[in-house]
Amino acid sequence: MESQSPSQSSGLFDPVLNVFQAVGAFILNFFQRAGALTIFIGQAIYHSFVPPFFPAQLWRQLVDIGYYSLPVVGMTALFTGMVLALQSYTGFTRFNAEGAIAGVVVLSVTRELAPVLAGLMVAGRVGAAIAAEIGTMRVTEQIDALSTLSVNPFKYLIAPRLIAATVMLPILVLIGDIIGVYGGYVVSIYNLGFSSGSYLTQTWDILETMDVVSGLVKAGAFGFIVAMMGCYNGFNSGRGAQGVGAATTNAVVSSSILILIFNYLLTQVFFS
Amino acid sequence: MSTATAKIELKNVCKAFGSNHVLNGADLVVPEGKSMVIIGGSGTGKSVMLKCILGLMTPDSGSILIDGQETIGLSPKDRDALMRKFGMLFQGAALFDSLKIWENVAFGLIQGRGMNRKDAHDIALEKIKAVGLRPEVADLFPAELSGGMQKRVGLARAVAASPEIIFFDEPTTGLDPIMADVINQLIVEQVEDIGATALSITHDMGSVRTIADYVAMIHEGKIIWTGPVEELDDSGNPYVEQFIHGKADGPITRRVA
Repeated sequence: MESQSPSQSSGLFDPVLNVFQAVGAFILNFFQRAGALTIFIGQAIYHSFVPPFFPAQLWRQLVDIGYYSLPVVGMTALFTGMVLALQSYTGFTRFNAEGAIAGVVVLSVTRELAPVLAGLMVAGRVGAAIAAEIGTMRVTEQIDALSTLSVNPFKYLIAPRLIAATVMLPILVLIGDIIGVYGGYVVSIYNLGFSSGSYLTQTWDILETMDVVSGLVKAGAFGFIVAMMGCYNGFNSGRGAQGVGAATTNAVVSSSILILIFNYLLTQVFFS
Repeated sequence: MSTATAKIELKNVCKAFGSNHVLNGADLVVPEGKSMVIIGGSGTGKSVMLKCILGLMTPDSGSILIDGQETIGLSPKDRDALMRKFGMLFQGAALFDSLKIWENVAFGLIQGRGMNRKDAHDIALEKIKAVGLRPEVADLFPAELSGGMQKRVGLARAVAASPEIIFFDEPTTGLDPIMADVINQLIVEQVEDIGATALSITHDMGSVRTIADYVAMIHEGKIIWTGPVEELDDSGNPYVEQFIHGKADGPITRRVA
């Protein structure tokens, strides 16, 4: 009587086992990463509120993230407002609804476009810079050096960036709101021939506090996301230039996607 | 080496990364006030052992005692207090790019210990001079210095707070022989000056003979020989003999991937 050896027996099931193994490895990897990110976020928030604080670091980040992002956010808001007025005009004239342009511009800018576009621009400028800087510090052992000098890297590196981005993005978006609405106003008055007084009246009449506040809350959330993804990916950067490059790419991509997802969720919360 | 005077003691420390068992039950005793150098090939677990002692990595099992106190599983507050005993010279110096040289040297004093900038600046200048650098260097940035000068600054930073224990990670890597000897001499001077216990890892046998009181050899994650530096040449251990003479033939085999 011939008996089947264990190796022959397992060989029959190899393809099936491989699929289970791959699925299992994927699920384990997913939960491992999700767990690591959750712990990182928890530690980052904890160290943002518990002393010692590093005010000089916080000030530097407020300037880097806020002041130096102003031109990018301002230009984005200005041209977005201008294009929005033009596009609304070409569409609304078909229905004799030109009078709605001022409302469309101000609501679109304050509720959606200024926070989302500012978030995406800051993700590209600041998120990438944070990931690259912290990633390089990881690779060159500067983060380990902080620990050996009795300085907690979360307090010194992560907390100032997190606080600065969460505080500065709403301020940038508020400025972006004003510039964006002004862009729409300029096009409407000087290009499309609207009356300045009636345009401003329509803008003011339709705008509600909640429109601006919802945009600013979104901006705070987006700032948090940008800084967190930059710090997390930089802190866990792989070795060498390739590792830092991958960390930078991951920071920008993940924060951009999360901004779009959270924009939907927050819109649902505010306006559903 | 008596355990009673041990400043650092490792007992059966294990650390694995997936299926790669880097530390395989490492045991080590570093006597107080002495300089221990760990030698061993690349990938044998030297750096991982150092990072486990520093708390930058957590061992899977085993025990690490500093002054007789278990350090694995310390609370963050106790870990912070323990870190004040340590100073470290990193392989690439690990200076902070955005800070001036004197701020790098004074970093642990200002940020870690809350010393005012004036006093910290004075101590930093003193340490910069002690490692043979001109005072004008203090206001430069790390990128403006050569590799050897960066190592000196790293050494000044490591000793600035007069730590009880100093770690040296490949202190002479990437330096010419003369600069390597200068760094070795400075290490000896500084360690003796502050009366610290030193733990170094290196491949450089010149460095070993200059800075070590005791030598330990690590192979495949275990300490396979320990003894005074004077006994290094007569260890009778084939692994040690192969390593110190740099021979390709011997019990240590290298897989070429």
